[in-house]
Order: sequence, then C-alpha cells, then structure tokens
Amino acid sequence: MRILFKTDYLIDVRWFADRFTMLWYGALLLLLAGAPALMSHYLLGEVSLVLIWLVGGLGMMLLTGFTGQVSLGHAAFVGIGAYAHAYLLKLGVPLLVSMPLAGLIAALVGVMVGIPALRLHGMYLAIATLSMATIVEQVFVRWESVTGGFSGFAMPAPSLFGQALDGPIGFYYLCLCIALGLFAFAVNLLRAPTGRAWIALRDSEIAAQSMGVHLASAKVSAFALSAFYCGIMGALFAHKVGFLAPDAFSPTLSIQLLMLVLVGGMGSLHGAVFGAIFIVMLPTGLSFVRDWLPQSIARQPSLEVGLYGLLLAMFVLFEPLGINGRWEKIKYFFSVFPMYKRATFVRQKAYMRSERLR
Amino acid sequence: MTFFSVSDLGMSFGGNKVVDRVGFEVSQGEVFALIGPNGAGKTTIFNLISRIYDATEGVLTFRDQDITRVPAHRVARLGIARTFQNIELFENATLLRNLLVGRHVHSRSNLLSDGLFTRGVRDAELRHREKVEDVIDFLDLQRFRDKPIRDLPYGVRKVTEIARALCMEPALILLDEPSSGLNPEETEDLAFWIHDITKLRGITVLLVEHDMRLVSEVSDTVLAINSGRMLAIGKPDEVLNDPEVARAYLGA
Repeated sequence: MRILFKTDYLIDVRWFADRFTMLWYGALLLLLAGAPALMSHYLLGEVSLVLIWLVGGLGMMLLTGFTGQVSLGHAAFVGIGAYAHAYLLKLGVPLLVSMPLAGLIAALVGVMVGIPALRLHGMYLAIATLSMATIVEQVFVRWESVTGGFSGFAMPAPSLFGQALDGPIGFYYLCLCIALGLFAFAVNLLRAPTGRAWIALRDSEIAAQSMGVHLASAKVSAFALSAFYCGIMGALFAHKVGFLAPDAFSPTLSIQLLMLVLVGGMGSLHGAVFGAIFIVMLPTGLSFVRDWLPQSIARQPSLEVGLYGLLLAMFVLFEPLGINGRWEKIKYFFSVFPMYKRATFVRQKAYMRSERLR
Repeated sequence: MTFFSVSDLGMSFGGNKVVDRVGFEVSQGEVFALIGPNGAGKTTIFNLISRIYDATEGVLTFRDQDITRVPAHRVARLGIARTFQNIELFENATLLRNLLVGRHVHSRSNLLSDGLFTRGVRDAELRHREKVEDVIDFLDLQRFRDKPIRDLPYGVRKVTEIARALCMEPALILLDEPSSGLNPEETEDLAFWIHDITKLRGITVLLVEHDMRLVSEVSDTVLAINSGRMLAIGKPDEVLNDPEVARAYLGA
C-alpha cells in the first residue's frame, strides 16, 4: 500500500498528487497522441466519437453530478451548438472562431433556461428542461432558413488555417485537443472556489447560502457552462455525422447524456470518461445481445431504448456510483489486499438532516 | 454604537405567531445565550438573523447597518456565520473541502479565472488553506482532514460545523445547539473553545443551548424565551433562577 506523505499545501492543489500518478496520465496521453499510428481508421473514428461524447458528458457532469441539477433537455444545447456552428461556417467564419461562438450561443440559451429553472428542483426541473428541449427541437424543424428544416443540410468538412481536416486523423486530433482542454478547465474549476460552491449547493443549499454562496448565480453559471460544453459537443458532432437534421437532437440524446453521467459515476470527472466510452460501445454491445435473444424479441423495433432503460435501472439499483465507483472499489481492493472488507463501501443513513426550509 | 441588535422582531407563519416582539442587544466580544423550551422560537430567531426567513416585523442591526432585508449570502459577507442544529455539512466532500467552502466569502475569483486556474487563484488557494489549517489546529481536526464527512462520527461533524463557520473569519457567530449529541467530555472541550473563540479570536458568540451547565459556564448574558415571547434577560444565574423561567421549563 502506497502512502502519500504530504509536506506542502501545493500537493492538494496540483493536478497530480505524486510522480506515480503523473506517470500513468503521461502514458495515457502518449497513447492518445500516438493512437492514429496504432489504430485502424474505423477504430480511430470510434475514439473520436468517445471524445465528442466526453465533451458533452463533462458539461452534464458539472451540472448534474456536481451542482445537483438534473436536466433532461441537454439535447437542445447540443443541437443549438451544431446548428450555430454550421450556420457560422456557412457565413465564412473560421472554425477556430465559430466553434467557441457556437458554445457561447448555447450558453446564452442555457442562461435563459437557467433563470426560470432556479425555482425548480429535482423532478420538476427535469420536466421543465424536457419541455424546453421539445420546443427547441420544433424550432429546428420550422426555422428553415437557418436549419434547412426536416431535409437538413450537409456539413462542410472542418478546416484549420486553410488546411482541410477531412481525414479521420486530423479530425481525431481536433477532438482530442478540445476534449483535453475542456477536461482541464473542468478539473481547474473543481479545485477552485466556483466548483466548491457548486458542490456545496448540491449537498445543502441552505448551508451554501449561509457560507455566502449566491445560489442563483451559482446555478445559472453551472447551467451556462454545461450548455457551453454541450454546444461544443454539438459542433464536433455535426462534423462527425456530416449531415444535420433535427431528429438527431431528440429527447433520446438527452437521455443518453443523463445515462452517460449516471452509468459513468455521478460526481466524478473520471465517471464522464467511463460514461462516454460506455455510450459509444453500447450499440455494438447491443447488437451482440440481439444475436443471443429469441427472434421474436430481437426483431422488436424499440429494443434499444428498452435495454437502455433496463441498464440504467440496474445501475441505479446495484452500482449507484457507476463504473467509476466500481473502478474505485477494485483499486481499493488491490491497495489493501488481502484486508479488503466489503462493508467499507456500504453507505448507512445514520443521521437526520434538518427539515428542508424551502 | 451597538454591535448587534434586534428590536421588536416578529415572525408569523400564517396566523401562527412564533416570534413576538423580541428585542435584545449583543455587545462586541460577549457570549450571548438564548434559552427556552422546545418550540420556543430560538431556531426561528436564528433563521431570521441569517436571513433564511423574512421577518414579518422588526429591525435587525449589525454594526450600524440595517440587515433586515439583506439577502442571505450577503449577510455572510458582512461577517455573520452560523452553524445548524441538525448539521448541514456537505456530506460528499472531505472535511478540508468543507472548510474551504467557509472561505468562499473571501474569494474574489470568477468562472473564467477559476477554470484557467490563474496564478492569482492559485495563490489565493494557498492563503485560504493556511487559514483553514489554523482552524484545524485550533479545533484538533487534523486526523479527519481528508475524510469525507459521511464517514465521520457525529461529534466530529458537530465540531466541523463550528470549524467551517470559523473559517469565514466572522465578527459574529451563531451556534445553534452546539452541544446536542455530544458526550460530557466533548461538551467540556466545547466550553473551552467557546471561551477561546471570544477571548482569543475576538468573535462574538450568539448561542442557542439546552445544556444549562454549559450556558452558565460560558455566557455573559442569557435571554430566556417561551412561545416566542421574552421571559427574562440578564446575568446567567439571575435568569436561570428566575421563577418564570423554571415554570416555562417545568410547566408548573
């Protein structure tokens, strides 16, 4: 068992607590940078897709996992980011400007949604965001001059500094840089006052308020930032798919995003990574399952959605901390081997919390 | 100049008057205790002061400033900290991070500077950490620093609440039943800490408490209330021996 001997406050502030962790993350970074040399183009495309989902998943994790605000409407922000990016590109705005701008437009809509959402909690917030997403989806269908309506339109290939990134390798590096940058931004937030205020209001709004946290602005900023992340996801997604149509941004996408954070592991950025991998691998996994099932069930058209629901329910019941929770347990098992006790992770509800004041 | 004063404070929930014309003054550096049987309105008064409830009548003044309508998060910035009767810690964060939230009133960073983790934010983090460590040393919490709150025993959580309030470096601290659920030994420690908070740190203490031994040991002034009304105010031994107060507690 490794024991970290702390001799400096900076150890708790730095990204990596010790050399050992840094080495592992360095190795991972090297692997990601060298991936195009190791993988087939198909696999590289799948990894790009994981990175795209990761960007949206991080936004969702910051909002739901860390600030405690459940949203069932984030497909709208993904869609807004995608259409805004596509429209700006059509106007001739360079990619490096239009992509952050698309994120900011999504964030602006996020603020507009966030302000009325201040008065809603839990289930009610989920319903409100779901209806918001439905409205936005209708806007995509009707606003034909910008979105092309139902027929949609083809996305131009991404280009940087006049250099087309049409191959899978160039696009992979674009996704990698954006995902890493936004991941670092999220890590930084969580070790600074902003992130701590979010975590505080998730666990106890009344105490957070008494610590001087302005609840309204903390919630709205969380909403805006997660909308920004999802907007960027949308912009990358648009390039990946190559064709934009409104039905890509249906409530199913919102549910997939929520599933990403729940299955990955609430309240952990690693969870967003695990969740993104899970979401991308799921269709492949399900097609395997389909072969096993009797014909009468396997032929059902909405089998996927049903299995999503089943998996989600199973995770909530048996591993509420998601894949990340399982990973932590496995790590713990080896670090204290052979002294592992199952009870270590059993949560008990021991103490009363004061009655909610509002 | 009065440090903190409450005058003609009233609070009704519908037709139910839970606080009725309560008025008192707290001078700087003293320990002011609020006692009374269950349901007397003590915690309601605390919630009115920390602005979780809107008072229906009366005025709250803190350092010559009217805070009756100041929003809750601003009250914290003005220098009023509080603890909660039923523990409102951030359960899934470590003790250290809980205390760092207490430093929130002193942080001046925003979303962008935090996300980029600028030099200024980093230096501020180290400064906050130093203050937090000072409080950890003061309340003997070193062993629990990196433990998540959900794994800590009740007594430690109670102390952590006080620690988090102290990290705000307030001028006035409101302690809502700090000794409830503590064993006699921990209560003894608490008495010393309350003494040190006022004498060494210069923080004025407003206290709601049921343990009369603790009250008579630490407080300078005691106010007894029952059903939202004031019964007696004065030195601890005067108030605790007041026949009205005894009747309120014993129901005779």
